[in-house]
Amino acid sequence: MAAKLILSMDGAIIKEYPLTKERMTIGRKEHNDIAIDNLAVSGEHAAIVTILLDSFLEDLDSTNGLTVNGKATKKHFLQNNDVIEIGKYKLKYITDQISQTTPADFEKTMVLRAPVKQAASKPAEKPGTQAGGKAAQVVEVELTGRFEAQKPTNASADAAQGGASKQAAAVVQILNGPNAGKELELVKNLTTLGKPGLQVAVLTRRPNGFFITHVEGEGFPMVNGQAITNQAHQLKEHDVIELAGVKMEFYFKG
Amino acid sequence: MNIKDALEIFSETHPGMVRSHNEDSVACEPACGLVVLADGMGGYNAGEVASGIAVSVVVTEVSYRLKYANPVERVAKDGEDLGVSLLRENIQKANASIFHAAQSQPQYAGMGTTIVTGLFYDNRVAVGHVGDSRMYRLRGEVLETITRDHSLLQEQIDSGMLSVEDARLSKNKNLVTRAVGIDAEMQPEIHVHDVLVGDIYLLCSDGLNDMVEDVDIQSTLCTLQNNLPLAANRLIQMANDNGGRDNVSVILVRVKRTFAVPRGWMAKLLVWFEK
Repeated sequence: MAAKLILSMDGAIIKEYPLTKERMTIGRKEHNDIAIDNLAVSGEHAAIVTILLDSFLEDLDSTNGLTVNGKATKKHFLQNNDVIEIGKYKLKYITDQISQTTPADFEKTMVLRAPVKQAASKPAEKPGTQAGGKAAQVVEVELTGRFEAQKPTNASADAAQGGASKQAAAVVQILNGPNAGKELELVKNLTTLGKPGLQVAVLTRRPNGFFITHVEGEGFPMVNGQAITNQAHQLKEHDVIELAGVKMEFYFKG
Repeated sequence: MNIKDALEIFSETHPGMVRSHNEDSVACEPACGLVVLADGMGGYNAGEVASGIAVSVVVTEVSYRLKYANPVERVAKDGEDLGVSLLRENIQKANASIFHAAQSQPQYAGMGTTIVTGLFYDNRVAVGHVGDSRMYRLRGEVLETITRDHSLLQEQIDSGMLSVEDARLSKNKNLVTRAVGIDAEMQPEIHVHDVLVGDIYLLCSDGLNDMVEDVDIQSTLCTLQNNLPLAANRLIQMANDNGGRDNVSVILVRVKRTFAVPRGWMAKLLVWFEK
Protein backbone atom coordinates (compact mmCIF):
# COMPACT_ATOMS: atom_id res chain seq x y z
CA MET A 1 0.00 0.00 0.00
CA ALA A 2 2.44 2.53 1.16
CA ALA A 3 4.93 3.88 -1.30
CA LYS A 4 8.40 2.38 -1.10
CA LEU A 5 12.02 2.91 -2.06
CA ILE A 6 14.06 0.10 -3.56
CA LEU A 7 17.77 0.41 -2.84
CA SER A 8 20.09 -1.08 -5.43
CA MET A 9 23.68 -0.91 -6.62
CA ASP A 10 24.93 -1.98 -10.04
CA GLY A 11 21.53 -3.45 -10.79
CA ALA A 12 21.48 -5.67 -7.72
CA ILE A 13 18.63 -5.01 -5.31
CA ILE A 14 19.82 -4.55 -1.76
CA LYS A 15 16.69 -3.76 0.21
CA GLU A 16 13.17 -2.35 0.09
CA TYR A 17 12.05 0.42 2.40
CA PRO A 18 8.33 1.13 2.76
CA LEU A 19 7.69 4.84 3.41
CA THR A 20 5.66 4.35 6.54
CA LYS A 21 6.92 7.34 8.48
CA GLU A 22 6.16 10.99 8.09
CA ARG A 23 9.86 11.71 7.67
CA MET A 24 12.54 9.20 6.78
CA THR A 25 16.23 10.01 6.55
CA ILE A 26 18.88 8.60 4.26
CA GLY A 27 22.54 8.75 5.31
CA ARG A 28 25.74 7.00 6.24
CA LYS A 29 25.22 7.01 9.99
CA GLU A 30 23.40 4.12 11.60
CA HIS A 31 20.52 6.08 13.06
CA ASN A 32 19.16 6.88 9.60
CA ASP A 33 16.04 5.03 8.50
CA ILE A 34 17.85 4.15 5.29
CA ALA A 35 21.47 3.71 6.28
CA ILE A 36 24.00 3.36 3.46
CA ASP A 37 27.45 2.62 4.75
CA ASN A 38 29.56 4.25 2.09
CA LEU A 39 31.98 7.17 2.33
CA ALA A 40 30.39 8.97 -0.63
CA VAL A 41 27.22 9.28 1.43
CA SER A 42 26.99 12.07 4.00
CA GLY A 43 26.14 11.33 7.63
CA GLU A 44 22.66 12.71 7.05
CA HIS A 45 22.32 12.92 3.31
CA ALA A 46 18.67 13.38 2.48
CA ALA A 47 15.18 13.11 3.90
CA ILE A 48 11.86 11.98 2.49
CA VAL A 49 8.78 13.65 3.86
CA THR A 50 5.51 11.87 3.16
CA ILE A 51 2.21 13.67 3.50
CA LEU A 52 -0.67 11.28 2.94
CA LEU A 53 -0.11 10.09 -0.62
CA ASP A 54 2.62 12.54 -1.66
CA SER A 55 6.33 12.17 -0.92
CA PHE A 56 8.96 14.87 -1.15
CA LEU A 57 12.71 14.37 -1.32
CA GLU A 58 15.01 16.92 0.27
CA ASP A 59 18.81 17.10 0.16
CA LEU A 60 20.10 17.80 3.68
CA ASP A 61 23.09 19.85 2.46
CA SER A 62 25.02 16.71 1.67
CA THR A 63 28.62 16.91 0.51
CA ASN A 64 28.17 15.07 -2.77
CA GLY A 65 24.54 15.90 -3.51
CA LEU A 66 22.08 13.67 -5.29
CA THR A 67 20.27 13.37 -8.57
CA VAL A 68 16.72 12.41 -9.51
CA ASN A 69 16.38 10.79 -12.94
CA GLY A 70 19.85 12.07 -13.75
CA LYS A 71 19.22 15.67 -12.73
CA ALA A 72 20.94 17.25 -9.72
CA THR A 73 18.34 18.59 -7.32
CA LYS A 74 17.89 19.94 -3.80
CA LYS A 75 14.21 19.32 -3.44
CA HIS A 76 11.91 17.14 -5.49
CA PHE A 77 8.29 16.06 -5.51
CA LEU A 78 8.60 12.30 -6.08
CA GLN A 79 6.60 10.64 -8.84
CA ASN A 80 6.19 6.93 -9.47
CA ASN A 81 9.37 5.27 -10.87
CA ASP A 82 11.65 8.23 -10.09
CA VAL A 83 15.23 7.10 -9.56
CA ILE A 84 17.27 8.85 -6.88
CA GLU A 85 21.03 8.43 -7.19
CA ILE A 86 23.41 8.92 -4.30
CA GLY A 87 26.95 8.02 -5.28
CA LYS A 88 26.78 4.55 -6.78
CA TYR A 89 23.51 3.75 -5.09
CA LYS A 90 20.12 3.98 -6.68
CA LEU A 91 16.81 4.35 -4.90
CA LYS A 92 13.73 3.79 -6.99
CA TYR A 93 10.48 5.32 -5.80
CA ILE A 94 7.44 3.12 -6.32
CA THR A 95 3.93 4.12 -5.43
CA ASP A 96 1.02 1.92 -6.35
CA GLN A 97 -1.52 4.55 -5.40
CA ILE A 98 -3.46 5.36 -8.46
CA SER A 99 -2.85 8.94 -9.31
CA GLN A 100 -5.69 11.32 -8.69
CA THR A 101 -5.57 12.26 -12.32
CA THR A 102 -7.33 8.97 -12.92
CA PRO A 103 -10.59 8.21 -11.18
CA ALA A 104 -9.76 6.37 -8.01
CA ASP A 105 -11.38 5.46 -4.77
CA PHE A 106 -9.80 8.48 -3.19
CA GLU A 107 -11.76 10.82 -5.35
CA LYS A 108 -14.36 12.16 -2.96
CA THR A 109 -13.83 15.41 -1.21
CA MET A 110 -12.88 14.85 2.38
CA VAL A 111 -12.27 17.02 5.35
CA LEU A 112 -8.78 17.17 6.73
CA ARG A 113 -8.46 18.30 10.29
CA ALA A 114 -5.30 19.58 11.83
CA PRO A 115 -4.57 17.80 15.10
CA VAL A 116 -5.61 19.50 18.30
CA LYS A 117 -2.66 21.58 19.52
CA GLN A 118 -2.12 19.72 22.83
CA ALA A 119 0.02 16.78 21.89
CA ALA A 120 -0.72 15.24 25.28
CA SER A 121 -4.28 14.48 24.31
CA LYS A 122 -3.01 12.79 21.20
CA PRO A 123 -2.19 9.13 21.69
CA ALA A 124 -1.95 8.64 17.96
CA GLU A 125 1.77 9.41 17.91
CA LYS A 126 3.19 6.52 15.96
CA PRO A 127 6.10 4.67 17.56
CA GLY A 128 9.40 5.77 16.16
CA THR A 129 8.36 9.19 14.90
CA GLN A 130 10.55 10.94 17.45
CA ALA A 131 13.63 10.48 15.26
CA GLY A 132 15.57 13.62 14.52
CA GLY A 133 13.77 15.58 17.22
CA LYS A 134 11.73 17.42 14.64
CA ALA A 135 8.14 17.26 15.68
CA ALA A 136 6.47 15.33 12.97
CA GLN A 137 3.17 16.91 12.15
CA VAL A 138 0.50 14.30 12.35
CA VAL A 139 -2.43 14.88 10.13
CA GLU A 140 -5.64 13.12 10.73
CA VAL A 141 -7.85 12.40 7.84
CA GLU A 142 -11.45 12.13 8.58
CA LEU A 143 -13.25 10.29 5.89
CA THR A 144 -16.63 11.76 5.52
CA GLY A 145 -16.78 10.69 1.94
CA ARG A 146 -18.13 7.31 1.05
CA PHE A 147 -15.62 5.37 -0.91
CA GLU A 148 -16.94 4.57 -4.29
CA ALA A 149 -15.91 1.11 -5.27
CA GLN A 150 -15.90 1.94 -8.91
CA LYS A 151 -13.75 0.35 -11.53
CA PRO A 152 -11.33 2.89 -12.90
CA THR A 153 -13.11 4.28 -15.89
CA ASN A 154 -9.95 6.01 -17.03
CA ALA A 155 -9.89 3.99 -20.20
CA SER A 156 -12.91 5.80 -21.50
CA ALA A 157 -11.75 9.16 -20.16
CA ASP A 158 -8.32 8.70 -21.73
CA ALA A 159 -9.87 7.61 -24.94
CA ALA A 160 -12.01 10.70 -24.88
CA GLN A 161 -9.06 12.97 -24.26
CA GLY A 162 -6.83 11.13 -26.64
CA GLY A 163 -9.59 11.28 -29.19
CA ALA A 164 -9.72 15.04 -28.96
CA SER A 165 -6.01 15.49 -29.43
CA LYS A 166 -5.73 12.91 -32.18
CA GLN A 167 -8.78 14.27 -33.95
CA ALA A 168 -8.07 15.23 -37.54
CA ALA A 169 -7.46 18.95 -37.94
CA ALA A 170 -10.60 20.66 -39.12
CA VAL A 171 -10.85 23.77 -41.21
CA VAL A 172 -13.50 26.22 -42.34
CA GLN A 173 -12.88 27.84 -45.68
CA ILE A 174 -14.65 31.03 -46.69
CA LEU A 175 -16.45 30.62 -50.00
CA ASN A 176 -17.68 34.11 -50.92
CA GLY A 177 -16.99 37.80 -50.36
CA PRO A 178 -13.64 39.58 -50.20
CA ASN A 179 -12.08 36.90 -48.02
CA ALA A 180 -13.09 34.03 -50.30
CA GLY A 181 -10.60 31.21 -50.26
CA LYS A 182 -9.28 32.01 -46.80
CA GLU A 183 -8.93 29.06 -44.46
CA LEU A 184 -9.43 29.09 -40.74
CA GLU A 185 -7.95 26.16 -38.91
CA LEU A 186 -9.97 25.07 -35.88
CA VAL A 187 -7.14 24.59 -33.42
CA LYS A 188 -8.87 25.89 -30.33
CA ASN A 189 -11.61 24.20 -28.36
CA LEU A 190 -13.76 27.20 -29.06
CA THR A 191 -13.77 29.33 -32.20
CA THR A 192 -16.19 32.19 -32.77
CA LEU A 193 -17.53 33.13 -36.17
CA GLY A 194 -19.49 36.18 -37.29
CA LYS A 195 -19.79 39.81 -36.31
CA PRO A 196 -20.48 40.75 -32.69
CA GLY A 197 -23.78 42.60 -32.40
CA LEU A 198 -24.97 41.21 -35.72
CA GLN A 199 -24.69 37.44 -35.72
CA VAL A 200 -22.28 35.25 -33.80
CA ALA A 201 -21.92 31.50 -33.68
CA VAL A 202 -19.35 29.37 -31.97
CA LEU A 203 -17.63 26.22 -33.19
CA THR A 204 -16.73 23.86 -30.37
CA ARG A 205 -14.36 20.96 -30.57
CA ARG A 206 -15.52 17.97 -28.55
CA PRO A 207 -14.26 14.40 -28.31
CA ASN A 208 -16.96 13.23 -30.68
CA GLY A 209 -16.54 15.95 -33.27
CA PHE A 210 -17.20 19.60 -34.03
CA PHE A 211 -20.39 21.43 -33.23
CA ILE A 212 -21.83 24.78 -34.21
CA THR A 213 -23.99 26.70 -31.73
CA HIS A 214 -25.85 29.98 -32.10
CA VAL A 215 -24.58 32.65 -29.66
CA GLU A 216 -26.22 35.96 -30.55
CA GLY A 217 -28.08 37.76 -33.30
CA GLU A 218 -31.57 37.79 -34.75
CA GLY A 219 -31.16 34.98 -37.19
CA PHE A 220 -29.73 31.54 -36.65
CA PRO A 221 -26.80 30.27 -38.69
CA MET A 222 -27.63 28.07 -41.66
CA VAL A 223 -26.05 24.70 -42.32
CA ASN A 224 -26.54 23.40 -45.87
CA GLY A 225 -29.31 25.93 -46.40
CA GLN A 226 -31.24 25.03 -43.23
CA ALA A 227 -31.30 27.25 -40.15
CA ILE A 228 -30.08 25.39 -37.10
CA THR A 229 -32.10 25.37 -33.87
CA ASN A 230 -30.87 26.83 -30.61
CA GLN A 231 -29.24 23.46 -29.90
CA ALA A 232 -25.69 22.57 -30.81
CA HIS A 233 -25.50 21.09 -34.30
CA GLN A 234 -22.84 18.55 -35.22
CA LEU A 235 -20.89 19.35 -38.36
CA LYS A 236 -20.19 16.80 -41.05
CA GLU A 237 -17.49 16.88 -43.68
CA HIS A 238 -18.22 19.47 -46.41
CA ASP A 239 -21.13 21.07 -44.58
CA VAL A 240 -21.69 24.63 -45.78
CA ILE A 241 -22.26 27.16 -43.01
CA GLU A 242 -23.87 30.50 -43.75
CA LEU A 243 -23.54 33.25 -41.22
CA ALA A 244 -24.16 37.00 -41.61
CA GLY A 245 -24.10 36.59 -45.38
CA VAL A 246 -20.80 34.73 -45.43
CA LYS A 247 -20.69 31.17 -46.68
CA MET A 248 -18.03 28.80 -45.53
CA GLU A 249 -17.28 25.14 -45.88
CA PHE A 250 -16.30 22.83 -43.04
CA TYR A 251 -13.97 19.93 -43.72
CA PHE A 252 -11.25 17.81 -42.14
CA LYS A 253 -7.72 18.30 -43.30
CA GLY A 254 -5.36 15.51 -44.23
CA MET B 1 -30.36 51.39 -9.72
CA ASN B 2 -32.15 48.26 -8.73
CA ILE B 3 -29.75 45.39 -8.19
CA LYS B 4 -32.05 43.04 -10.06
CA ASP B 5 -31.66 45.05 -13.29
CA ALA B 6 -27.92 45.50 -12.90
CA LEU B 7 -27.02 41.83 -12.91
CA GLU B 8 -27.66 38.93 -15.21
CA ILE B 9 -27.46 35.63 -13.36
CA PHE B 10 -27.51 32.08 -14.67
CA SER B 11 -26.86 28.84 -12.85
CA GLU B 12 -26.63 25.22 -13.86
CA THR B 13 -25.73 21.99 -12.10
CA HIS B 14 -25.04 18.51 -13.43
CA PRO B 15 -24.24 15.19 -11.70
CA GLY B 16 -21.31 14.53 -14.05
CA MET B 17 -20.51 11.32 -15.89
CA VAL B 18 -19.59 9.03 -12.99
CA ARG B 19 -21.64 9.89 -9.92
CA SER B 20 -25.20 8.68 -9.69
CA HIS B 21 -26.47 11.65 -7.72
CA ASN B 22 -25.76 15.30 -7.35
CA GLU B 23 -24.47 16.55 -4.01
CA ASP B 24 -24.07 20.13 -5.18
CA SER B 25 -26.68 22.79 -4.46
CA VAL B 26 -27.02 26.19 -6.07
CA ALA B 27 -29.40 29.09 -5.50
CA CYS B 28 -29.73 32.64 -6.79
CA GLU B 29 -31.79 35.48 -5.38
CA PRO B 30 -31.63 38.20 -8.04
CA ALA B 31 -33.83 40.59 -6.02
CA CYS B 32 -31.09 41.10 -3.47
CA GLY B 33 -28.06 40.24 -5.61
CA LEU B 34 -27.26 37.01 -3.81
CA VAL B 35 -25.75 33.82 -5.27
CA VAL B 36 -24.85 30.69 -3.30
CA LEU B 37 -23.20 27.42 -4.31
CA ALA B 38 -22.36 24.46 -2.05
CA ASP B 39 -20.66 21.11 -2.65
CA GLY B 40 -21.77 18.57 -0.08
CA MET B 41 -19.94 15.53 1.22
CA GLY B 42 -20.97 12.54 3.28
CA GLY B 43 -22.32 9.08 2.68
CA TYR B 44 -25.61 8.10 1.04
CA ASN B 45 -27.58 11.26 0.47
CA ALA B 46 -26.03 13.16 3.40
CA GLY B 47 -23.95 15.30 1.04
CA GLU B 48 -27.07 16.60 -0.68
CA VAL B 49 -28.68 17.25 2.67
CA ALA B 50 -25.70 19.25 3.91
CA SER B 51 -25.33 21.38 0.78
CA GLY B 52 -29.10 21.86 0.65
CA ILE B 53 -29.25 23.11 4.23
CA ALA B 54 -26.31 25.46 3.67
CA VAL B 55 -27.80 27.04 0.56
CA SER B 56 -31.32 27.39 1.92
CA VAL B 57 -30.22 28.86 5.26
CA VAL B 58 -28.05 31.51 3.60
CA VAL B 59 -30.56 32.41 0.89
CA THR B 60 -33.60 32.53 3.16
CA GLU B 61 -31.99 34.41 6.01
CA VAL B 62 -30.02 36.93 3.97
CA SER B 63 -32.88 37.78 1.62
CA TYR B 64 -35.30 38.10 4.51
CA ARG B 65 -33.04 40.53 6.36
CA LEU B 66 -32.39 42.58 3.25
CA LYS B 67 -36.10 43.21 2.74
CA TYR B 68 -35.99 45.58 5.67
CA ALA B 69 -32.37 46.68 5.72
CA ASN B 70 -29.70 47.99 3.44
CA PRO B 71 -26.48 46.01 3.06
CA VAL B 72 -24.34 49.16 3.28
CA GLU B 73 -25.54 49.95 6.80
CA ARG B 74 -22.85 49.72 9.40
CA VAL B 75 -23.15 47.09 12.03
CA ALA B 76 -22.76 48.84 15.36
CA LYS B 77 -20.42 46.47 17.09
CA ASP B 78 -17.50 46.19 14.68
CA GLY B 79 -18.20 48.77 11.98
CA GLU B 80 -18.40 46.32 9.07
CA ASP B 81 -21.09 46.44 6.41
CA LEU B 82 -24.34 44.69 7.17
CA GLY B 83 -23.80 42.71 3.94
CA VAL B 84 -20.57 41.26 5.28
CA SER B 85 -21.89 40.42 8.69
CA LEU B 86 -25.02 38.84 7.19
CA LEU B 87 -22.88 36.48 5.15
CA ARG B 88 -20.72 35.60 8.12
CA GLU B 89 -23.59 35.06 10.55
CA ASN B 90 -25.61 32.97 8.16
CA ILE B 91 -22.77 30.74 7.00
CA GLN B 92 -22.20 30.13 10.70
CA LYS B 93 -25.90 29.52 11.18
CA ALA B 94 -25.78 26.96 8.35
CA ASN B 95 -22.78 25.39 10.06
CA ALA B 96 -24.72 25.02 13.30
CA SER B 97 -27.79 23.53 11.55
CA ILE B 98 -25.76 20.96 9.65
CA PHE B 99 -23.67 20.12 12.69
CA HIS B 100 -26.75 19.54 14.83
CA ALA B 101 -28.51 17.50 12.16
CA ALA B 102 -25.38 15.37 11.84
CA GLN B 103 -25.18 14.92 15.61
CA SER B 104 -28.81 13.94 16.04
CA GLN B 105 -29.36 11.77 12.94
CA PRO B 106 -27.00 8.81 12.69
CA GLN B 107 -27.42 8.54 8.93
CA TYR B 108 -26.12 12.10 8.57
CA ALA B 109 -23.11 11.67 10.85
CA GLY B 110 -20.04 13.40 9.50
CA MET B 111 -21.78 15.23 6.68
CA GLY B 112 -20.48 18.61 5.65
CA THR B 113 -20.30 20.97 2.74
CA THR B 114 -18.21 23.63 1.12
CA ILE B 115 -19.84 26.95 0.33
CA VAL B 116 -19.12 29.96 -1.82
CA THR B 117 -21.43 32.92 -1.85
CA GLY B 118 -21.49 36.41 -3.32
CA LEU B 119 -23.67 39.32 -2.22
CA PHE B 120 -23.65 42.17 -4.74
CA TYR B 121 -24.46 45.65 -3.44
CA ASP B 122 -23.31 49.23 -3.95
CA ASN B 123 -20.83 48.47 -6.77
CA ARG B 124 -19.18 45.85 -4.59
CA VAL B 125 -19.40 42.15 -3.97
CA ALA B 126 -18.95 40.54 -0.58
CA VAL B 127 -17.57 37.05 -1.09
CA GLY B 128 -17.76 34.43 1.62
CA HIS B 129 -16.35 30.95 1.25
CA VAL B 130 -15.40 27.81 3.12
CA GLY B 131 -13.61 24.85 1.51
CA ASP B 132 -12.60 24.41 -2.11
CA SER B 133 -15.53 25.80 -4.06
CA ARG B 134 -14.31 28.84 -5.92
CA MET B 135 -15.22 32.24 -7.25
CA TYR B 136 -13.48 33.45 -10.38
CA ARG B 137 -13.66 36.91 -11.91
CA LEU B 138 -13.23 37.69 -15.59
CA ARG B 139 -12.32 41.35 -16.01
CA GLY B 140 -11.44 42.32 -19.56
CA GLU B 141 -9.61 39.22 -20.72
CA VAL B 142 -8.07 38.34 -17.38
CA LEU B 143 -9.45 35.46 -15.35
CA GLU B 144 -8.56 35.50 -11.68
CA THR B 145 -9.48 33.29 -8.75
CA ILE B 146 -10.74 35.61 -6.06
CA THR B 147 -11.18 32.96 -3.39
CA ARG B 148 -8.36 30.87 -2.05
CA ASP B 149 -9.18 27.21 -1.45
CA HIS B 150 -9.15 25.91 2.08
CA SER B 151 -7.38 22.75 1.02
CA LEU B 152 -4.25 20.82 1.84
CA LEU B 153 -2.92 21.51 -1.63
CA GLN B 154 -3.38 25.27 -1.32
CA GLU B 155 -1.65 25.23 2.07
CA GLN B 156 1.27 23.37 0.56
CA ILE B 157 1.43 25.86 -2.29
CA ASP B 158 1.34 28.76 0.18
CA SER B 159 4.11 27.29 2.28
CA GLY B 160 6.30 26.90 -0.80
CA MET B 161 6.31 23.13 -0.61
CA LEU B 162 4.57 22.68 -3.95
CA SER B 163 4.58 24.79 -7.06
CA VAL B 164 1.29 25.44 -8.80
CA GLU B 165 2.41 23.18 -11.67
CA ASP B 166 3.40 20.38 -9.28
CA ALA B 167 0.03 20.63 -7.57
CA ARG B 168 -1.54 19.02 -10.63
CA LEU B 169 0.60 15.92 -9.96
CA SER B 170 -0.40 15.63 -6.33
CA LYS B 171 -2.32 12.61 -5.18
CA ASN B 172 -3.79 14.55 -2.28
CA LYS B 173 -6.53 16.34 -4.15
CA ASN B 174 -9.98 16.91 -2.71
CA LEU B 175 -8.80 17.29 0.87
CA VAL B 176 -10.39 20.36 2.36
CA THR B 177 -9.09 21.88 5.56
CA ARG B 178 -12.27 23.77 6.40
CA ALA B 179 -15.89 22.78 5.84
CA VAL B 180 -19.37 23.81 6.92
CA GLY B 181 -21.05 21.48 9.43
CA ILE B 182 -18.08 19.41 10.58
CA ASP B 183 -17.24 21.27 13.79
CA ALA B 184 -19.35 23.26 16.23
CA GLU B 185 -17.38 26.42 15.43
CA MET B 186 -16.23 27.59 12.03
CA GLN B 187 -14.89 30.82 10.54
CA PRO B 188 -15.89 31.62 6.95
CA GLU B 189 -13.43 33.70 4.95
CA ILE B 190 -15.02 36.94 3.76
CA HIS B 191 -13.62 39.65 1.51
CA VAL B 192 -15.19 42.60 -0.28
CA HIS B 193 -14.19 43.39 -3.87
CA ASP B 194 -15.02 46.33 -6.09
CA VAL B 195 -17.18 45.50 -9.08
CA LEU B 196 -16.91 47.02 -12.57
CA VAL B 197 -19.47 46.98 -15.34
CA GLY B 198 -18.63 44.13 -17.72
CA ASP B 199 -17.17 41.85 -15.04
CA ILE B 200 -18.20 38.21 -15.16
CA TYR B 201 -18.22 36.26 -11.91
CA LEU B 202 -18.09 32.48 -11.93
CA LEU B 203 -18.88 30.41 -8.86
CA CYS B 204 -18.11 26.74 -9.27
CA SER B 205 -17.66 23.45 -7.46
CA ASP B 206 -14.35 21.59 -7.80
CA GLY B 207 -15.98 19.35 -10.41
CA LEU B 208 -15.30 22.19 -12.84
CA ASN B 209 -11.81 23.37 -11.95
CA ASP B 210 -10.46 19.84 -11.40
CA MET B 211 -11.53 18.79 -14.87
CA VAL B 212 -11.11 21.97 -16.91
CA GLU B 213 -7.94 24.04 -17.17
CA ASP B 214 -8.16 27.72 -16.26
CA VAL B 215 -7.20 28.75 -19.81
CA ASP B 216 -10.21 26.89 -21.18
CA ILE B 217 -12.49 28.48 -18.59
CA GLN B 218 -11.06 31.85 -19.56
CA SER B 219 -11.56 31.40 -23.29
CA THR B 220 -15.10 30.13 -22.81
CA LEU B 221 -16.09 33.08 -20.64
CA CYS B 222 -14.39 35.56 -22.97
CA THR B 223 -16.09 34.19 -26.06
CA LEU B 224 -19.52 33.54 -24.67
CA GLN B 225 -19.92 36.37 -22.20
CA ASN B 226 -22.96 37.73 -24.00
CA ASN B 227 -24.76 34.41 -23.72
CA LEU B 228 -24.50 33.19 -20.13
CA PRO B 229 -26.70 30.10 -20.55
CA LEU B 230 -24.51 28.92 -23.40
CA ALA B 231 -21.33 29.70 -21.45
CA ALA B 232 -22.57 27.73 -18.42
CA ASN B 233 -23.59 24.90 -20.70
CA ARG B 234 -20.25 24.82 -22.41
CA LEU B 235 -18.31 24.84 -19.09
CA ILE B 236 -20.26 21.83 -17.85
CA GLN B 237 -19.88 20.12 -21.21
CA MET B 238 -16.09 20.55 -21.07
CA ALA B 239 -15.95 19.07 -17.56
CA ASN B 240 -18.00 16.09 -18.73
CA ASP B 241 -16.03 15.67 -21.96
CA ASN B 242 -12.86 15.46 -19.85
CA GLY B 243 -14.31 12.65 -17.76
CA GLY B 244 -16.86 14.41 -15.53
CA ARG B 245 -15.72 12.55 -12.44
CA ASP B 246 -17.52 14.80 -9.99
CA ASN B 247 -20.72 16.79 -9.81
CA VAL B 248 -20.23 20.08 -11.59
CA SER B 249 -22.05 23.29 -10.82
CA VAL B 250 -21.61 26.82 -12.06
CA ILE B 251 -23.24 30.16 -11.35
CA LEU B 252 -22.45 33.01 -13.72
CA VAL B 253 -23.07 36.65 -12.89
CA ARG B 254 -22.62 39.39 -15.48
CA VAL B 255 -22.55 43.00 -14.37
CA LYS B 256 -24.62 45.02 -16.84
CA ARG B 257 -24.84 48.37 -15.04
CA THR B 258 -23.53 50.10 -11.97
CA PHE B 259 -25.56 49.60 -8.84
CA ALA B 260 -24.55 52.23 -6.31
CA VAL B 261 -26.84 52.55 -3.34
CA PRO B 262 -28.74 55.87 -3.47
CA ARG B 263 -27.38 58.15 -0.78
CA GLY B 264 -29.32 61.49 -0.72
CA TRP B 265 -32.42 61.85 1.49
CA MET B 266 -34.60 62.28 -1.59
CA ALA B 267 -33.35 59.00 -3.04
CA LYS B 268 -33.95 57.28 0.24
CA LEU B 269 -37.47 58.61 0.32
CA LEU B 270 -38.13 57.29 -3.18
CA VAL B 271 -36.78 53.88 -2.24
CA TRP B 272 -39.03 53.95 0.78
CA PHE B 273 -42.05 54.65 -1.42
CA GLU B 274 -41.17 51.81 -3.73
CA LYS B 275 -41.46 49.29 -0.94
